[in-house]
Amino acid sequence: MADTAVHDAVDEHDDHGHGDVHHTSTGLSNNKLAMWLFLGSECLLFGGLISTYMLYRGRHSANGGPDQFWDIPFTSASSFVLLMSSLTMVLAVTAAKRKDDRNTNLWLTVTAILGSLFVAGQVYEFTTFYREGLGYTTSLFSSSFYTLTGFHGVHVSVGVIMLLATVGMILKNRIPGDKAEVVELVGLYWHFVDIVWILIFTLVYLIPA
Amino acid sequence: MALIERPAPAEAPAVATPSSSFGVFRRPVESTGWKSWLFTIDHKKLGIMYGAAALFFFLVGGFEALLIRLQLAGPNGTILSADKYNQMFTMHATTMVFLFVMPMAAAFANYFVPLQIGARDVAFPRINAFGFWCFIGGAIFINTSWLLGGAADGGWFMYAPNSSVPFSPTHGIDFWGLGLQITGIASLTGAINLIVTVINMRAPGMSLMKMPIFTWMILVVQFLLLFAIPVITVALFLLMFQRNFDATFFTVEAGADPLLWQHLFWIFGHPEVYILILPSFGIVSEVLPVFSKKPLFGYPLVVFSGAAIGFVGWGVWAHHMFASGLGPISVAVFSVATMAIAIPTGVKIVNWTMTLWGGKLSFTTAMMFSIGLIIEFTIGGLSGVTHAVAPSDTQQTDTYYIVAHFHYVLFGGAILGIFSGLYYWWPKMFGKLLSERLGKWNFWTMIVGMNLAFGPMHIIGLQGQPRRMYVWTDARAGEGFFNLGFWNLISSIGAFILGIGVLLFFINVFVSSRKKERAPLDPWDARSLEWMTTSPPKEHNFDVIPTVGHLDEFFHRKYEDRGEGDHHDFHQVATAEEIMAEQEANADQHIHLPSPSYWPLLLAFSLPVMGYGLIFNLLLVPVGAAIALASMFGWSLEPHTASPADYDPPTPQGGAELEVSTNG
Repeated sequence: MADTAVHDAVDEHDDHGHGDVHHTSTGLSNNKLAMWLFLGSECLLFGGLISTYMLYRGRHSANGGPDQFWDIPFTSASSFVLLMSSLTMVLAVTAAKRKDDRNTNLWLTVTAILGSLFVAGQVYEFTTFYREGLGYTTSLFSSSFYTLTGFHGVHVSVGVIMLLATVGMILKNRIPGDKAEVVELVGLYWHFVDIVWILIFTLVYLIPA
Repeated sequence: MALIERPAPAEAPAVATPSSSFGVFRRPVESTGWKSWLFTIDHKKLGIMYGAAALFFFLVGGFEALLIRLQLAGPNGTILSADKYNQMFTMHATTMVFLFVMPMAAAFANYFVPLQIGARDVAFPRINAFGFWCFIGGAIFINTSWLLGGAADGGWFMYAPNSSVPFSPTHGIDFWGLGLQITGIASLTGAINLIVTVINMRAPGMSLMKMPIFTWMILVVQFLLLFAIPVITVALFLLMFQRNFDATFFTVEAGADPLLWQHLFWIFGHPEVYILILPSFGIVSEVLPVFSKKPLFGYPLVVFSGAAIGFVGWGVWAHHMFASGLGPISVAVFSVATMAIAIPTGVKIVNWTMTLWGGKLSFTTAMMFSIGLIIEFTIGGLSGVTHAVAPSDTQQTDTYYIVAHFHYVLFGGAILGIFSGLYYWWPKMFGKLLSERLGKWNFWTMIVGMNLAFGPMHIIGLQGQPRRMYVWTDARAGEGFFNLGFWNLISSIGAFILGIGVLLFFINVFVSSRKKERAPLDPWDARSLEWMTTSPPKEHNFDVIPTVGHLDEFFHRKYEDRGEGDHHDFHQVATAEEIMAEQEANADQHIHLPSPSYWPLLLAFSLPVMGYGLIFNLLLVPVGAAIALASMFGWSLEPHTASPADYDPPTPQGGAELEVSTNG
């Protein structure tokens, strides 16, 4: 890497959390440990939002509930798109481990496109619900629904930005430290966001209120 | 003399392009002057800045407290209006909890955890700087509300629906909520950073059970923060949507459940209590053995009871809500859990007492503050157990008895521990001892002040004076021993004595800063690794990363055990100076420290911009977001060490080594 100082192995000390796997007390890389901790914290963020939704999902007017608005086939399709993006993410990670930049970039881009498709689907869905009369402040049900799925949508969007930024940095050869690990970290985040969606899709859409 | 090298210029000698950011700014590389502080990513400088800012907010919060006590000193107080009084107690608590005790613990953690585990910095130095600036940004953001229409007035737990717009139409609560989101980012990033540091960056040989106890307690606290902060984040977001975007999460007329806020707040809020107290427990567990000349009694028990507090602390939140009608089963469960958490806490008290038992005690100021903590915290702990008994708690809810309790545990616990740490570690951080004579005065005025201020609150509370009442009248003050007026006056006098005690500390700091004489290398005959370096430590902390064989490694390098079997007989074999000299002689020759950076500061700056945007003009939000995005890209494209060309003048080819003088 052009801009990572090459240190002599003996005196190297991992001040920066960049990859130096062998120098940590546990052998785990600092970056990976930090990402896992962050995701652990995120569990409670979504835990709080999901609890709020579960508390309020029945609180709406007689004909303003999930049954009147959900379009299960559509949401199933967009869920499928998001889940497939986890597959392409795995392909990106394995390509990165093989040091195959071309395929890494290809699969990262495909993942980003699938993620964007999901977000586009969510925007479409929100717009439709809104036109049909489900505003953000219509009922407790609608507020907690939009808040929960909105937070998830923002997470997916941030993930898409991360994916594209990674592609850009690989193309310009500007990734500090271990490239495969950076891709893997983005992957960890991406899979987490997918898993959260599985929960949301089940609890919000599939289980009848 | 160890050298801190610039990155070896021989690697890329041909073109010396400054690694400027977006081609505009030269990377900051100064190691002296204001820039070296503003852009620093050194955990020690950040620790000192955390501490300085926290102590400043301690004064702010203390000033607010004194205004409250002035108002309540006599009947029909006129110092504050009802509205100002509400703002004052809300901001007093917010300031003390979020802007003093938490960042003060962060200060000690930042400064001493890497030193105690024999590391040269934390795992992510730039994220560390980012966290610090988030805290500063959030703290200033919250306090600007005083000038922009009034501060938050809903009490520190901001119960809904009382915190909704109809009941609090100013922007105060918006400032409070968004400001706490920003300081929350500081806590969350700090937690991740410190956990990774402790888990991954210990010196060779330092297993978890050889780790200094302060580091252990900080580790537990960071896990609590990691899981508690996201919960308050959700609550604050819901509150923001409620207040700024007309959602009805807490509007009872719309069918909302006001207990939702209480649950979310206290699932955060109760672990928060342990977040406040455990760092001080760690400090005390360091100080007592040093000044008793004995190892900490039952080190594993202290570790596990700390971890147990961390776990059980998640299962007791509803004891704050006994009066809200949860139903008998919930109340019974939380009541029992709350009593159970007294057990690990009691274990700690016993261990500290046993550490003192039979020791050669030296009553330094640090030691006295620690002993003060044991006593005052126990008083607070005992009144705490009376809250665990639900029927009794129902009587006490929202009275001054509660106020008495949490001031005994937080002032008598957290803050006395912090002062113990300040006196103990001051020579390490600044190379000068604080005056012991002034220190004793400081200690005794604080102890007398706190007992006079908070002790009578037990009585006025049990007599039924509600907390948060902005005025009391003679007609209803009662008679004889239980006369509220008398005890309120005593409490106010105590608060001012306490204020004098705090002032004495700052006088002590000032006096010591004027003194010429340096503190000895090892003034207390200390036991842990942070003392095995210069005072203040060099930029790279240790000339040689120590290899650890014992708990209390530094002690075991100084003393040799010549006893047999269970009988210990320690003889000094080396002085701190000799150990230091040996280290300097064998210093590592190539130490790479990451270079300072603008990006953490800029990224943190973008957050209050977005905050003001959400309150005053939504157009500012995209501006802040753009700054944030740009600084994130700048950050991730920035190498962790500056290129030679960033130095002024650029490193000459062939590479002179940069010698860092550390004794200045």
